[in-house]
Amino acid sequence: MNSPPATWNLRLYVAGQTPKSLTAFANLKKLCEEHLAGDYHIEVIDLLEQPQLADGDQIVAIPTLVRKLPAPMRKIIGDLSNTERVLVGLDLRPFTGNRA
Amino acid sequence: MSTDRSLPKCPTGIKGLDEITGGGLPAGRPTLICGSAGCGKTLLAMEFIVRGATQYGEPGVFMSFEETSEELAQNVRSLGFDLQALVDRKQLALSYVRIERSEIEEAGDYDLDGLFVRLEYAIDTIGAKRVVLDTIESLFAGFSNASILRAELRRLFRWLKDKGVTAVITGERGDATLTRQGLEEYVSDCVIVLDHRAKEQLATRRLRVIKYRGSSHGTNEYPFLIDESGIDVLPVTSVGLNYQASNERISSGIPELDDMLAGGFYRGSSILLSGTAGTGKTTSAATFLAAACARGERSIYFSFEESQSQTARNLRSVGIDLQPILDSKLLLFSATRPTQHGLEMHLATMFKQIRDFKPANVVVDPVTSLLVQGNENEVHSMLMALLDYMKGEGITCFFTALNASTERIEQSDVGISSLIDSWLLVRDIEANGERNRGLFILKSRGMAHSNQIREFLLTADGVRLRPTYLGQHGVLTGSARLVQEAKDAAETLARRQEIERRERELERERMLAEARVAAIRSEYEAKAEEIRRAVLELESADQEIALGQDQMAASRKVGAGHDHEARNGILRGKP
Repeated sequence: MNSPPATWNLRLYVAGQTPKSLTAFANLKKLCEEHLAGDYHIEVIDLLEQPQLADGDQIVAIPTLVRKLPAPMRKIIGDLSNTERVLVGLDLRPFTGNRA
Repeated sequence: MSTDRSLPKCPTGIKGLDEITGGGLPAGRPTLICGSAGCGKTLLAMEFIVRGATQYGEPGVFMSFEETSEELAQNVRSLGFDLQALVDRKQLALSYVRIERSEIEEAGDYDLDGLFVRLEYAIDTIGAKRVVLDTIESLFAGFSNASILRAELRRLFRWLKDKGVTAVITGERGDATLTRQGLEEYVSDCVIVLDHRAKEQLATRRLRVIKYRGSSHGTNEYPFLIDESGIDVLPVTSVGLNYQASNERISSGIPELDDMLAGGFYRGSSILLSGTAGTGKTTSAATFLAAACARGERSIYFSFEESQSQTARNLRSVGIDLQPILDSKLLLFSATRPTQHGLEMHLATMFKQIRDFKPANVVVDPVTSLLVQGNENEVHSMLMALLDYMKGEGITCFFTALNASTERIEQSDVGISSLIDSWLLVRDIEANGERNRGLFILKSRGMAHSNQIREFLLTADGVRLRPTYLGQHGVLTGSARLVQEAKDAAETLARRQEIERRERELERERMLAEARVAAIRSEYEAKAEEIRRAVLELESADQEIALGQDQMAASRKVGAGHDHEARNGILRGKP
C-alpha cells in the first residue's frame, strides 16, 4: 500500500474468519486511521493457513496484534474493542487506569 | 469404547508405573500429573514421550510452557535421552510456548486458538500419538481473564480427546486442591500425584494414582527413584500372598544349626536372627551367605552398620573370607547408612537392587537400623512389602535384629515376628562372672526343630554351636560348662580306669586258672605216659618169658603141658 517503509508495522494474527477476527480487524483499521495518520502497515496472518508462523511470535491467544515496529515488540490480545487499552498497548497513550 | 474389555492403555515404558496402572495411561485420553516443584513431573512426562518414541513407535509432542527446547534437551541428556536425534528423526516435536505478561495487553475478547493451532500443527507434522503439556498452568500467569482460560482449557482437553492422542498434562500442586488452578476438573480420566516430602530431613519421592476412570489400579503411595536411567517406580506393595512355598532345604552354613532345624531353612523362607549387641548376628548372616555362595547362588548383603571392608576384615577373624565370593560377583555388598535415605527410599533402592541382581538370598543387617527412619509400623509395612516381593521371587531372606538388652527380646520384635518363618534368638547368658551366648529357635514354621538352647561360639573356624551343659544347677555355659565338663571327664576317666583294672584282674585270674588246668593236664599226661610205658614193658617181658618157655619146652620135650598151663593160669589172674 505505502511505498516507503511505514513507521508502524503491525501484524494481526487470526484463525479463520471468526466474528472475533473480523471485529478485531475492523477495530484496528479504525484505530490506525484515527491515530497513526496513514503511516502504518497491517499484515493479517491466518494461522489456519500458515500454522507454522505461530511459533515465531509466540502466539497463544487469538486474535493477537503484534507491534513489530517501532521496537520494542508489543502484543495486544483480544478483539481490540477496548480502544483505551489498545492505545496503551501500542504506547500511544500513557497507562492510567487499572489493568484488570 | 463400549466394549467389555478394559480401557485401552498406552504403555509409558516407565519402570513400575505400567505395573501399577495395569498397563499404562488411558490411551487417547488426557492424564494429569500433579505435584509440587521439583518432584519430577517434567521428567516423568518427558520419559513418557521419549519411551513412546523409542520403544513403542509413537511419536510425541512436548509442549513446554516453562523451559525452552534447548533447556529441556540439556536437562534430560544426563539420562541418556537425545532429544535432538529424536527431533531429527521426526519422532519428537518440541514446542516452547512463552507467555510474558508484561508484553501483553488485553483489549477485548479472545480465545486460545493460537495454542490449538500450534499444537495441531505439531501433532500433524510428525503424526504424534502422545502429547505433553508442561505445565499448562503457566497460562494462568500469562493471562488475566481466568474465565476465558477455564473455558478454553475445557475446550482444549475435549479437543485432545477428539484428536485421539494420549496426553499428559502437568500441574503444580495447590494448597487445598491437587493443582493450583484446579486442572483436575478438566482432566478426569487419570490423575497421578507426585510427592517429594521430607520427614526428619530425609526426602522421599512418592507416586500415587489417585484416580483412574474405568480401570483398577494400585492405590498406594509408591516410592520412586530418579536415577541415571530415568524414573523407576517401585511397585513393592502391589504384591499379594500368592507365592509358592518350596520344600527345598538350604543350609544355614552352621552344621549344628541345620541339625537343630532338621535339615536347614526352607528355600524362600524368611529368617530372623535377633540378639543384643555383640552376639554374632553379622557373623551368622555372613556364614549363611558364604554357604549360599559356595553353592553357587547369587546373594545380596545389605549392611546398615559397617562398610564392606570393615565387614570383610571382621569376618576374616572368624575364618570367613568374603573376598573370593565378592570377586566371583556372586555376592553384592550394599552398605548404606540408615540415615542416607528415607524409609521408602531404602525400600526402593533395595527393591531395585534385588530386581536387577536377581539373588537367591538376601541378608539385611540389621533390620532394626531402619527404625531410625520410622516407627515400628512403618518399618513393619516396609518389611512386609519387601518380604512379599522376595517370597514371590523365591528369595530366601535373612534378617538380623538388634535388641536392647534391657527388654525382653520376644516382645521387642513382635512387630515383625508375624512375617518371619524361622526366628532364631541369640541371648546372653550371664553367670559366674562371664557372658556367654546361647542360641535357640523361637519358631520355625513347617519343620521339626530343636527346643534346646545351644551355646553359640565364635571360633577361628566360624560359628559353632555346642550343646549346653544341663546340670543340677541349670544351664551351664562358658567356663562353668568347661569346668563341669572337665569334672565329668575326670570322673569318667576314673571309672574307665577302674574298669580296666578289674578287667586286667579278671584276665589274670583266667590265665592263672588256665595255667593250673594246663599243669594238671600235663601232670596227668606225664603219669599216663609212664603207666603206658610200664604196661608195654610188662607186656614185652611177658612175651620174652613165653618165648623162653617155648624154647625150653622144645629143648626138653617133657612136662611141657603142666608148665604151660601153670603159666597161663598166672597170666589169667592178672586184671
